[in-house]
Amino acid sequence: MTSDDPRPPPRRSFFGALGPNELKGLFWQVLVVGIAVAVVVFLWSNTVTNLSARRITTGFAFLGREAGMPIADSLLAYSPRDSYLWAFVVGLANTLRVAVIGVVLATILGTLIGISRLSANWLLSRLAAVYVEVLRDIPLLLQLLFWYVLMQALPAARAAWRPVDGVFLSNRGLILPAIPVGSAQLWVLGTAVLGCVVFYVIQRWLVAQQMRDGKLRPAWPFALGLIVVLPAAVSLSLGVPWKIEWPELRGFNFVGGLTLAPEYFALLIALVTYTSAFIAEIVRSGIQSVPRGQWDAASALGLRRSFMLRQIILPQALRVIVPPMTSQYLNLTKNSSLAVAIGYQDVVSIANTTLNQTGQAIEAISLIMAVFLTISLGISFFMNWFNARIALSER
Amino acid sequence: MTAITDMPDLPRAARPPQIGNPVLRWLRTNLFSSIPNGILTIVLLAVQAKGVISFVQWGLANAVWLTPTNDSSACKAVRGLGACWAIIPEKYRFILFGTYPFDEQWRPALSVVLFIALFYLSTRRALWRRELAYLWIGALALISVLMWGGVFGLSFVSQDRWGGLPVTLILATFGLAFGFPLGILVALGRRSKLPAIRSLSVLYVELIRGVPLVSLLFMASVMFPLFMPSGFNIDKLLRAQIAIILFAGAYLAEVIRGGLQAVPRGQYEAADALGLSYWRKHRLVVLPQAIRHVIPPLVNTFIAFFKDTSLVLIIGIFDLLTTAKTAIIDPAWQQFSVEVYIFVAAIYFVFCFAMSRYSRSLEAASAR
Repeated sequence: MTSDDPRPPPRRSFFGALGPNELKGLFWQVLVVGIAVAVVVFLWSNTVTNLSARRITTGFAFLGREAGMPIADSLLAYSPRDSYLWAFVVGLANTLRVAVIGVVLATILGTLIGISRLSANWLLSRLAAVYVEVLRDIPLLLQLLFWYVLMQALPAARAAWRPVDGVFLSNRGLILPAIPVGSAQLWVLGTAVLGCVVFYVIQRWLVAQQMRDGKLRPAWPFALGLIVVLPAAVSLSLGVPWKIEWPELRGFNFVGGLTLAPEYFALLIALVTYTSAFIAEIVRSGIQSVPRGQWDAASALGLRRSFMLRQIILPQALRVIVPPMTSQYLNLTKNSSLAVAIGYQDVVSIANTTLNQTGQAIEAISLIMAVFLTISLGISFFMNWFNARIALSER
Repeated sequence: MTAITDMPDLPRAARPPQIGNPVLRWLRTNLFSSIPNGILTIVLLAVQAKGVISFVQWGLANAVWLTPTNDSSACKAVRGLGACWAIIPEKYRFILFGTYPFDEQWRPALSVVLFIALFYLSTRRALWRRELAYLWIGALALISVLMWGGVFGLSFVSQDRWGGLPVTLILATFGLAFGFPLGILVALGRRSKLPAIRSLSVLYVELIRGVPLVSLLFMASVMFPLFMPSGFNIDKLLRAQIAIILFAGAYLAEVIRGGLQAVPRGQYEAADALGLSYWRKHRLVVLPQAIRHVIPPLVNTFIAFFKDTSLVLIIGIFDLLTTAKTAIIDPAWQQFSVEVYIFVAAIYFVFCFAMSRYSRSLEAASAR
């Protein structure tokens, strides 16, 4: 090849600054967006035609109408005379009730089982492995139906099982002794929560002080004072009655105490056991990801075992654990929608009833989706914030 | 608290000589290494023994295995004491094949066998060649012929009579067969430099993953007819299938995106340097590596997805779980739902367990 070989002159693009690659990109974007818009317009126009043909009025005006549906088990006060909007709120509260308690219980159970799988005791680790394998490989809906059938097969209220005094298990659900919480008790609880917040601030300040001069200042007197002594003092000075209400059988049903309805109880058991199997695997891999040298180094420093776990092992394991744990919490929350299969009235079940009563399909389903998208994004934001706090900060 | 084992093994210096009976030694290191551990072992053994004994009593010793047709009196006699396995021979045809015409049930049965053979062949790495794709297309065509009939002297069976295990397998297999390419496209879209395509992909994935599958199924069953021009009516099963494909696509896209991120930059650059076009670059260089990286999480997604097809129960499609639930509506057998659920759970378990074992073996193979 000779050096004076004429090269083809650089092609001048017709569109000036846009090179061939940019043009291609523009073409694809216009094509894809065009298709998406065309699909949406097509669906939209069909929907509008269909709705007018069926004389269905769109809009959320129906939310103000009287719902007329019974809700058997609700956290908030509800009567069938209330509006659809309030029924939705009640359903949402029921969803949150099962999701929040489910997340807490599944985390505890899953962590225990994850640690058991790593136990030096062969029998314990095998049992934990079988638990995980069996629960993970059976559909949640099947497990839910199974638990529900078992709940219904329990003896009637008269012949209820009493595993511990004051606890009844029957086909009416699980009945526990409870402490009735009124406004006076709420004041005391509020003081305790405030105490926790103040203690958190004080502890951060103590750590900052330690960072400056290296002196370790005990935090427990503050904890004792703010979280135990202060609420107790408020309780005593207000004379708040803390009395346990024991459930008892009267006639055909129980009076007093806290009742977990069979539907709620079955849903909670199914969600907790199913999710705990996944959490166990996450916890196990998290602990296994901490290099052995960290354990050895910590023991070589002569640290106490609890200190070692809390300050050295757990913070490192959490980095691996938190991101997949977020998805499990989200899954549990979304899976609570299976409640519709056994008639626990969560937000999905109530939206479904609304849909059948009013025919407002689009509105009801978009309400469900809006609720879950909000919850999902909320959990994601919180967990991402938490994750960013504990993530490895590298230079 | 018990000690944590299973740490990465350190090279060990000379081991102490092993003395004594190997069985006793095993017991000692694994079950009775310390006093708390010994107590734990004994407690666990006791609890387990109690559980096993009562299960054996209920499930084997006191169980009723066979009864005359449609007569559950023997079962009712042992109710609460023993299991009624007799309900399985009584109802298994309905549970497995739903309301498919009784005399024609060899057709769905053969379809199930074909599906299982396909799954099995697809796990053999030696067979991962182009021919496997043709085999899949051929077998799926054969399955459709078997299920629908209407040709080759087979009588026509309409879709609303299908049920049971074939429906579960169809929903899962077609969900994956279409969800997988969709997932690849969306994953590529999410990593694209083109802002409009990227944001559409993000929107799709986040919308689908942010809501429960139940709500998508409701959408398919209630809203889909509203979306379509009037007079255009598609079958309920197909509508659910579309919802499941969209759902699978979003989840698979996220797994594949992880794989794409794991492919080193140099590989993209090398493909660009060779002058490959975008599609050839991904088809020949990037995707094979990306998918190999994420085979274990892909299999886990398949398992999750296989289980999730059971949710079609909520919109009344006759999959395996729905037929099981329907089988026990029969008043004579109503009280024996636990046995039916255990039977169906065992079927699901076999499929999922096989998949999870397979994923484990792939993981072991890629770690080597």
